[in-house]
Amino acid sequence: MTGSAGARRRPQRHLPLQIFLGFLVVYFLVPFWWVIVNSSKDAPGLFGGSNTLWFADQVDYFGNLQRLFTYDGGIYGRWILNSTLYAFAGGIGATILAVMAGYGFAKYRFAGRRFSFSVLLGALMVPATALVIPTFMMFSGLGLTNTIWAVILPSLLNPFGVYLMHVYARDAVPDEILDAAKVDGAGELRTFLQVAFPLMRPAVVTVLLLSAVASWNNYFLPLAMLSDNRLFPVTVGLGLWQGIASANNSGSTSLWSLIILGALVSVIPLVIAFFTLQRHWRGGLSVGGLR
Amino acid sequence: MTLLIEESASSTQEKAHKVRGKVRLREHLMGWLFVGPFGIVFLALLIAPLGYALYLSLWQKKLIGGTSFVFLGNYVKAFTDPTFLSGVWFVVRFSLVAIPLQILIALAMALIVDAVTSLFTRFSRLMIFLPYAIPTVIGAVMWGFLYSKSFGPLTDFFGLFGAPAPDFFSKNLIFYGLINVVTWQWAGYYMIILYAALQGIDPSLYEAARMDGAGKWQIALRIKIPLIAPALLLILVFSLIGTLQFFNEPQILRYLAAGTIAPGFTPNMYAYQQAFGLANFNYGSAISFALGGVVFVCVYAFLFFTRKRRSFF
Repeated sequence: MTGSAGARRRPQRHLPLQIFLGFLVVYFLVPFWWVIVNSSKDAPGLFGGSNTLWFADQVDYFGNLQRLFTYDGGIYGRWILNSTLYAFAGGIGATILAVMAGYGFAKYRFAGRRFSFSVLLGALMVPATALVIPTFMMFSGLGLTNTIWAVILPSLLNPFGVYLMHVYARDAVPDEILDAAKVDGAGELRTFLQVAFPLMRPAVVTVLLLSAVASWNNYFLPLAMLSDNRLFPVTVGLGLWQGIASANNSGSTSLWSLIILGALVSVIPLVIAFFTLQRHWRGGLSVGGLR
Repeated sequence: MTLLIEESASSTQEKAHKVRGKVRLREHLMGWLFVGPFGIVFLALLIAPLGYALYLSLWQKKLIGGTSFVFLGNYVKAFTDPTFLSGVWFVVRFSLVAIPLQILIALAMALIVDAVTSLFTRFSRLMIFLPYAIPTVIGAVMWGFLYSKSFGPLTDFFGLFGAPAPDFFSKNLIFYGLINVVTWQWAGYYMIILYAALQGIDPSLYEAARMDGAGKWQIALRIKIPLIAPALLLILVFSLIGTLQFFNEPQILRYLAAGTIAPGFTPNMYAYQQAFGLANFNYGSAISFALGGVVFVCVYAFLFFTRKRRSFF
């Protein structure tokens, strides 16, 4: 947005390009539209309705919401709360670790720094899912499977966040400022918290958002780790419902409308987070790509 | 007198040396204090599981005779196992189609929203990014609805032209059905990364190019794209790593596409089925590890062929 001053001076229309873009926007929005429309329908409207992309005669969001949050003892609300807990705990924990480590790698010349950093870069290539089975085995030995820690602890690991923070701290935090703060008598920790941290804020928000989203979206890990459905995050929960609903198509028509509304409700928190924080994360995203 | 001066000079030098030594020690200590907490997590949750997976994968559990050491036996089994090989072949084929498609769409969109500034392009940018905020599982659920014969719009839409609706859950079309889900999910995210990179280019370069008589297309092809090559490479590598681990979408659509998506459809699904469905953790670990090896080879082959290793790291 900042670099577009030249373009703003001479507004350019490019109608064909904008029309092309318009088609793409429709494509990207169709699933949302379908879910918004169809979560207002009851089971007969869903299966018997002729127009799948428009509202049925009766629009019953309130009744569906009530059914969604009371079904099976209000398990859906629990799943949302679980997802929130996993996203916050995992996101904040991973961000604190990544900010500290990135700053350490960027600003201190300690023994073993080069070696550990190249190990870290190698770890970026390790497929996250390759870790699920052995982590499950280790946790099951420690009695940690089927607890919230089985989901939270693995999401603390975010090598890409460390890499991002390293690049950002190296480029955006000048050594001179840190030295000046130290000359003025600030300790290492105070220099980090009060001088470096504010300068790193855009990248911090980006890493926080990316790790929280990664935890919120996680499916394979909780699917493997948890067997008690009261600990499920919403992704695994809806997957479970979908399995049930597909398995006996006739008996569970009401479950389908719950799944549709459940999908809609579960995406609202993240959409809001992205829109309200976009000023912050957009600055941070360019870091990883621009070198 | 001179001796004294010399002596004092050498002593201050010594002191300075000592202080510097302290500073060095302090530097080591502080560096490790900052990196240490992450280091512990890294060792406990990445290095240890990897080592454990490697260890597990060298053993085999038999109904009779218990667990025995088979060294690379599980890997020999995996690389001759038709299910594993067809899974690998599927994700490689899938990557070869899905990744270029996603990146081409993302690049085109990024170039448009970068070149054309209007309220509509700003709105489009957000809307196209929206799917990234959706968990992949929920995205797959949503597209599952849209593909569905009982309540998806495809029947109506193709009915307008008097044509039968394509069944994306069939064996022939599931590949494209999944390509579509993945493209929808990730193209917007890649677009935002490329757009951020485009915004970082110094606009005076365009001015200079325009003076030299370059048109808009030439500016896009000769200046913009080469300058964002590092960002392109970054997303290529990450999408390659992600796509080879394909799991969530086929696992979710498996329920709807009964019979089309077998439990061993992708290597990761196969590992999951072996470990958690059949309690065959040794073979599951071997498959995970073998898949990790495939990812490593693919990424390094890719980086080798683009010969841009320097600009990535």
